[in-house]
Amino acid sequence: MADEDDEIILSELSDDELVLQMHDDLYDGLKEEIEEGVNILLGRGWVPYDVLTKALVGGMKIVGDDFRDGILFVPEVLLAANAMKAGMFILKPLLAETGAPRMGKMVIGTVKGDIHDIGKNLVAMMMEGAGFEVVDLGINNAVEKYLEALESEQPDILGMSALLTTTMPYMKVVIDTLKEKGMREDYIVLVGGAPLNEEFGRAIGADAYCRDAAVAVETAKTFVARKHNSMGA
Amino acid sequence: MSDLLSKLLAERDWLMADGATGTNLFNMGLSSGEPPELWNVDRPDNIRTLYRGAVDAGSDIFLTNSFGGNAARLKLHDAQDRVAELNRVAAELGREVADAAGRPVVVAGSMGPTGEIMQPMGNLTHELAVEMFHEQAEGLKAGGVDVLWVETISAPEEYKAAAEAAALAGMPWCGTMSFDTAGRTMMGVTSAAFAALVEGLPNPPLAFGANCGVGASDLMRTVLGFAAQGTERPIIAKGNAGIPKFHDGHIHYDGTPELMAEYAVLARDAGARIIGGCCGTMPEHLAAMHKALVERPRGPRPTLDQIAETLGGFSSASDGTGDEAGPARERRGRRRG
Repeated sequence: MADEDDEIILSELSDDELVLQMHDDLYDGLKEEIEEGVNILLGRGWVPYDVLTKALVGGMKIVGDDFRDGILFVPEVLLAANAMKAGMFILKPLLAETGAPRMGKMVIGTVKGDIHDIGKNLVAMMMEGAGFEVVDLGINNAVEKYLEALESEQPDILGMSALLTTTMPYMKVVIDTLKEKGMREDYIVLVGGAPLNEEFGRAIGADAYCRDAAVAVETAKTFVARKHNSMGA
Repeated sequence: MSDLLSKLLAERDWLMADGATGTNLFNMGLSSGEPPELWNVDRPDNIRTLYRGAVDAGSDIFLTNSFGGNAARLKLHDAQDRVAELNRVAAELGREVADAAGRPVVVAGSMGPTGEIMQPMGNLTHELAVEMFHEQAEGLKAGGVDVLWVETISAPEEYKAAAEAAALAGMPWCGTMSFDTAGRTMMGVTSAAFAALVEGLPNPPLAFGANCGVGASDLMRTVLGFAAQGTERPIIAKGNAGIPKFHDGHIHYDGTPELMAEYAVLARDAGARIIGGCCGTMPEHLAAMHKALVERPRGPRPTLDQIAETLGGFSSASDGTGDEAGPARERRGRRRG
C-alpha cells in the first residue's frame, strides 16, 4: 500500500527531525509515539533534561500557544497533555537521578464548592510540561487544605481555580487568610477560571490572573524568575 | 403540544426569561462555596424571593434553583442522596410562585453540567451521565416544572446525555450551551455545529441557544451564528450582564440595566425568541429589558459592527464559523495513520 511508503520510522530520523516529529506527535496526542521518541533520544545518549525541554516542553509550547489562540480546544489539549504525561513518566525518575535544574514548585487546587477541574488539570499538566513540580490538591478545597499543603510542600506558587460565579469569591477567602497569617508574601498566587478576569484577580489580591493554561505557564516563569532575582539582590 | 412553553411560543412573538440565580442569592447572604440548592429546603423564602424577583420584573419563564442539583455536583457537599428532594422542592417553590402570578409563567427546571469530562477524554460514561440527569429530571418533574432547562453545557456528549434523560422522563426540554472560548464552547463547539447537533437529536429541544459565556457582545455573535444556519427552532439568548468585578467584598457585574435593555432588543432583532440574562442579571436589569422589549419596535437584524458599537467589542476576532474560520497551524505535512 502507498501508505506504507509514507510510514515514518521514528528511529530512522535524525535527532533534529525526531524532535520536530515529536512536536507533531504531541500536537496529535499520540501517546505511544511520544514514549517511543523519548526512549530513542535517551538511547542516543541525550540527557533527560534535554529530552524534557527540547522535545516535550517545546511541543507543549506549540499546543499551549494554539490553545491560547483558539486553534486548539480542550479535547485536543487533553490528548496532548496525556501523551506528554506518558513521556514524563519515563523521564521523571531519570530527572531526579541526574539532578536536573528545577523550574519551581506549585501547589494547585480548585476552590471549595467547585467540582470543575478541567482547567486546573490543564494548568497542572502544562506546568509539569514546562518543568515545574506540581502538587495537585484536586477539587473542593477549603482554606485549611490550602494552608496545610503550603506548609508541607513549601511551594513557590499557589494556584487556585474556580469555574463558577458562586465559588470564585472563595479565592479571596484564601488570600485574606494568608494575609492574616502573614504568609501572603511567601508565595506567588495565581488564579484562573472562566468567569474571572484580570481586574478581579487584582481586586482579590492575587499576583496575577491567568486566562488559560499557556498564560499560566508564562506567568509562572516570569514571577519565579523575578522572585529568584530579588532573592539574589 | 400541550405544554405551556409551546403554547406561549405559538401565541407570542418573544418571551422573556429570567436573570441570574447565583448573583441574586449572594446578595441574600449565600456564602461562596456553599451549594445554592440546599437553600431550597433550608431557606425557602429566599428562593421564593429569587423567583418573584424575575416574575415581578416581567419574566415569562424562570429557572429553578437546581443548576448544580445532579449527583456529581451534590456529592461535594455529601448531598448526593438528596437529588430527588432538592430538585422537587426547587420545582414546588417555583410552581407556587408561578401559579400566583396571575398570568401564565413557565417554571423551567434548571439542569447544569455534571462538571465531569465524558469519555473518551474523561471518565464519565454516557450511561452514568444519562442516569444522573434522569434522576434530576424526575425530581423536577415531580415538583411540577413545565419544562426541563439544560444550561451551560460545553460538550456535545453531555448535551446528548441530557436530551436522552429528558426523553426518559417524558418531558419537553430546552437546552443551551456556553460559548466562552474564542466564540466556541470550551470543548470547541461552534454555533453552527451546535445548531446542527440539535437538529440531529431524536428528541430535539423546544428551543436551543446560548447562555453565560463572556459578555453580551459575544453571546449576540453566537445568536447570529445560530440564525445564519436558517433554523426554524426558537433561539434562546441568556447573556451575562457584562463581566464580573470585585467591589467592597461583593461581586458586581459591570453591565448596566440600560446596556442589558439594548442587548435584549438586539437579541430579538438577531432572531432570538426567548431572551433573558445570566450571571449578574438582577431584577432591575430584567425590568429594563422588559420595558425595552415591550416599547421598542422590532428592527433589522444587527450586524457585528452594530453589536460591538452598542454592547462593546468581542473577546476574539473569530468565532470559528463562516469564511473566516479562524487561525490554523501549518503542519509539517507528514501524518501517520
